Amino acid sequence: MLKIYTADLHIHSCLSPCGDLDMSPRKIVATAMARGLDIIAITDHNASENIVAAMKAAASTPVTVLPGMEVASAEEVHLLALFDGLEPMAQFQKIVYENLGSFGIDPRTSAEQVIVNENDEVEGFNERLLFGASSLSFEQLVAEVHRLNGLAIASHIDRESFSIIGQLGFIPDDVPLDALEISYHTSLEQARALYPDARRFPLIRNSDAHYPDEIGRQITRFVLGQPTLEEIKLALKHYQGRKILDVE
Amino acid sequence: MKLNHLIEKIPLKIQTPTVNFNVDVNGGYISDLLSDVMAHAKKGDIWITLQIHQNTVAVATLKELAGIIVIGGKQPAQETIKKAEEEGVPILTSDLTAFELICELCKLGISGSR
Repeated sequence: MLKIYTADLHIHSCLSPCGDLDMSPRKIVATAMARGLDIIAITDHNASENIVAAMKAAASTPVTVLPGMEVASAEEVHLLALFDGLEPMAQFQKIVYENLGSFGIDPRTSAEQVIVNENDEVEGFNERLLFGASSLSFEQLVAEVHRLNGLAIASHIDRESFSIIGQLGFIPDDVPLDALEISYHTSLEQARALYPDARRFPLIRNSDAHYPDEIGRQITRFVLGQPTLEEIKLALKHYQGRKILDVE
Repeated sequence: MKLNHLIEKIPLKIQTPTVNFNVDVNGGYISDLLSDVMAHAKKGDIWITLQIHQNTVAVATLKELAGIIVIGGKQPAQETIKKAEEEGVPILTSDLTAFELICELCKLGISGSR
C-alpha cells in the first residue's frame, strides 16, 4: 500500500569534522522521531562509521535510517551517495578511502571525528582528515555509486561552495544524476529560475543538519510502498504511483 | 601579447597541439570556481586554474578566453583535451604553482587589471 513518507536524506553525525558533538546516533534518531520524520540518511563527509549505530538506535523506532555519505570529488564537488544496505556502503567506503589521500588529523587544530555506538558511547576517533577531497572525479564517483546500485544526488546545488554549479559552473550534460538537492537557502521557484539545469532533474530538499536543531528543517515528502532506497528510486522516476509529493 | 610568445618565455607544456596558439592575451584571471570565472573573467584573458574537468573548456569558449593554463603539474582529463581540440581552446600545463606562474606572467606584462 502506498503511503506518504517524510524524509531528510542529508544529516551529518558527530563523525563529520563540522558536525556538532551532540549529533550522536540516538540524538539524531530521537530528534527525527520528534519531528515526524519517517526516513533519514546519515551522510558524513567521506566517512560512514556511525551508520550502523544509527541503524541500531532506530531499530525499535518508526524511523528508517538509510546508509549514505557526502563524498567530495576531485573538483571539490559534494555528492550525496545513498545505498541500499550496509554491504554496498562498505564497498563504496573502501573506494573512497583508497582515493582520499592519507592526511591524518592534527589534534591541535582539527575537530574531533567521533565514532560512537548505538548507546552514544565513544568507540574511537576517525584519524583521517575527512575534510579532504577524493582524487576521483565527480563523474567517476557517480559511476561508482551506480555500480553499487546507489543513488547519486548533487548536494546543495544552490550553494557557492562545494556545489556542482559553484565548482563546475553548470551540470555536465552526460552525468546521470538521480536528483539535485536544493538547500534551505533557496526556494524551489528561485532554484528553477536561477539554474536552468535544475529543470532536467528531480529536485529534493534536505536539512544538511550539522546540529540537532537543524534536523528536518528542510524535508522531502515521498509517496512510497516501503521506506526503502529502492522505493525512493522509483519515486524519483515517478514509476508505479511512487512519486515526490512535495518538497518543503 | 600573443599566447605563442608566452610559451617561448615560460616553461609551459602544450596539451592541445592541433589548436591555434597565435591568439591575443589581453589579461589574466585565476580561479578554481568555474561559476566565478563565468561571472568575472574577461574576453582574451588567460585563465590559470587547478581544475581539469571538461567543463573548463565550455567556460573558456563561453567567455572567449585566450586559453587555459593548468598549474601545479596537474594533467587535464582526456575528455577535456578532446573537447578543447574540438572547440579550439588552447590548453597548457605548468609545473609552477599559481603564485610562481603569475609572477612570471606579470614580468611579461600580463596584468589582472583591465
